[in-house]
Amino acid sequence: MEQVLQFFFEYKEAIFIIALSIFVGIEVISNVPAVLHTPLMSGANAISGVIIIGGIILVGHADLTSFSLSLVLGILALMFGTLNVVGGFAVTDRMLEMFKKKKK
Amino acid sequence: MDKVIGILNGMEFTIGDSLLELSYLIAALLFVYGLKLLSHPATARTGNLWAAGGMGLAMVTTLLLHKDANGSGIPLTNVWIILAAIGVGSAIGWMVARRVKMTAMPQLVSIYNATGGAASMLVALLEYPNAVAGDVGSILVTVLGLFIGAVAFSGSLIAFGKLDGRVGDIMKPFMTYINLVLLIVTLGMGVYIVISPNPPAEMVWAIYALLGISLVYGVMFVMPIGGADMPVVISLLNSFTGIAAAMAGFIYNNQAMILGGILVGAAGMILTMLMCKAMNRSLINVIIGSFGGGGAALDREQGNVKEITLSDAAVLMSYSQKIVVIPGYGLAVAQAQHIAHELDTLLEGKGVDVKYAIHPVAGRMPGHMNVLLAEADVPYENLVEMDDINPDMPNVDVAIVIGANDVVNPAAYDDPSSPIYGMPIIDAHLAKNIIIMKRGMGKGYAGIENFLFFNDKTRMLFGDAKSSISKLVNEIKSM
Repeated sequence: MEQVLQFFFEYKEAIFIIALSIFVGIEVISNVPAVLHTPLMSGANAISGVIIIGGIILVGHADLTSFSLSLVLGILALMFGTLNVVGGFAVTDRMLEMFKKKKK
Repeated sequence: MDKVIGILNGMEFTIGDSLLELSYLIAALLFVYGLKLLSHPATARTGNLWAAGGMGLAMVTTLLLHKDANGSGIPLTNVWIILAAIGVGSAIGWMVARRVKMTAMPQLVSIYNATGGAASMLVALLEYPNAVAGDVGSILVTVLGLFIGAVAFSGSLIAFGKLDGRVGDIMKPFMTYINLVLLIVTLGMGVYIVISPNPPAEMVWAIYALLGISLVYGVMFVMPIGGADMPVVISLLNSFTGIAAAMAGFIYNNQAMILGGILVGAAGMILTMLMCKAMNRSLINVIIGSFGGGGAALDREQGNVKEITLSDAAVLMSYSQKIVVIPGYGLAVAQAQHIAHELDTLLEGKGVDVKYAIHPVAGRMPGHMNVLLAEADVPYENLVEMDDINPDMPNVDVAIVIGANDVVNPAAYDDPSSPIYGMPIIDAHLAKNIIIMKRGMGKGYAGIENFLFFNDKTRMLFGDAKSSISKLVNEIKSM
């Protein structure tokens, strides 16, 4: 019990953010019409590509003086993340464009 | 930018540091706002752009303003490498997004899930050696990011393979136990790494071992899940990539990553639950994969199926008042959505009221059918959700089932032994006439016998959906 409380106190900010984000995520998504499930999913998918920030930080501060496996993997992570972000937002836009077209 | 403007916890911080955090706050708010707009048809497209803008902002400010623990920014050479990597990723992502067929959307989302998961997995893997020994919190998030990212990565690849017809369903009863063992080993390994007092730099072997088992677990996790459950799996894996990204966010104490990731994780979970509800199954049930395994479904008198000729079908449709089209994945496979729209415009011209009834899990991912019909320009108002159309079904003259099977299977109501018993279905059996377009007498994707085919009111129209419908269109035109 003491350890749990200790853990909570040390990481209280993180736990607050998690709890509130979960609530916001649920709240924002509830009552989405079924029509939008696919675009919503691919849009959300693109947002999860926010890992790209991690990739930028990783490669940004990587040591370039010597060749290393970490550098290669870091660049790979960055490319994967970009693929996720750019592809995700682009395909979502393409789908939603089709929805809009027929509204006329 | 480098002007020191204050001290926090013994560390000086500059204008740039503060601006960076401010940009993360704006990005996080844009994610929330974008997602909010994305959930309404009229504002969805704008919402997507806002979220993309938030992402772009966070990327640019990180590149310009981020500093490592020693306070040095990103060197110019590294900036060029980053820009090159982003350039390559963007070019590929953009091209694929523009060219992919709408029928292949589930595959594409699976691939993006895989890349997102892989990125999180790699970031966690590379950051692990930098963690401080005994710092339970940061090692915990690293291990979780690695595990969830790896499962999302290998699981999504298998899901892609299944959707694309490259990987079959492998369902053996013992697999449940193997998976359980794998999960316990993975968790044990994770706990060991987290509580170990050794410096992470000496534990690199353990993190690679964890990576290996996690990847295997991802494969084994998706492998036994039946094809009909794909909408649930895709949405679950989508949720995983979000959670993995959030865990990586904790490594960098980056609020934009944390909030964005958790947001997607929670949203994905909700969507997963919705899909489970639409199939009347629990998530555990889907994961363990007891679907269609028994094969001990009720052995009923099958009766005969009755076929209908094209001209009879044409006459029946033309003189109806109300027709409901129930599309399934078969329609998408045959690429028949455009010709189906031609059929409904033709019938509407004759004064027939034509609506499309969309089951929540029609197609291979949530809402897939709506996208396909939107691509074919079927007006939004003509798509009716299951719960809205069902009370009206007894007044429908003809229900036309195109390439759908399980979502109209009445066994969901009256056969407690059927795997889909209790699943909400579209009540095609209540319509006055039922025409079923199907390639042959094969079972549905879930592999369950459908007694709707033997119903007295049912007539079958065998053949490829696209050619059947185009023949029908010609037949009606020549009447």
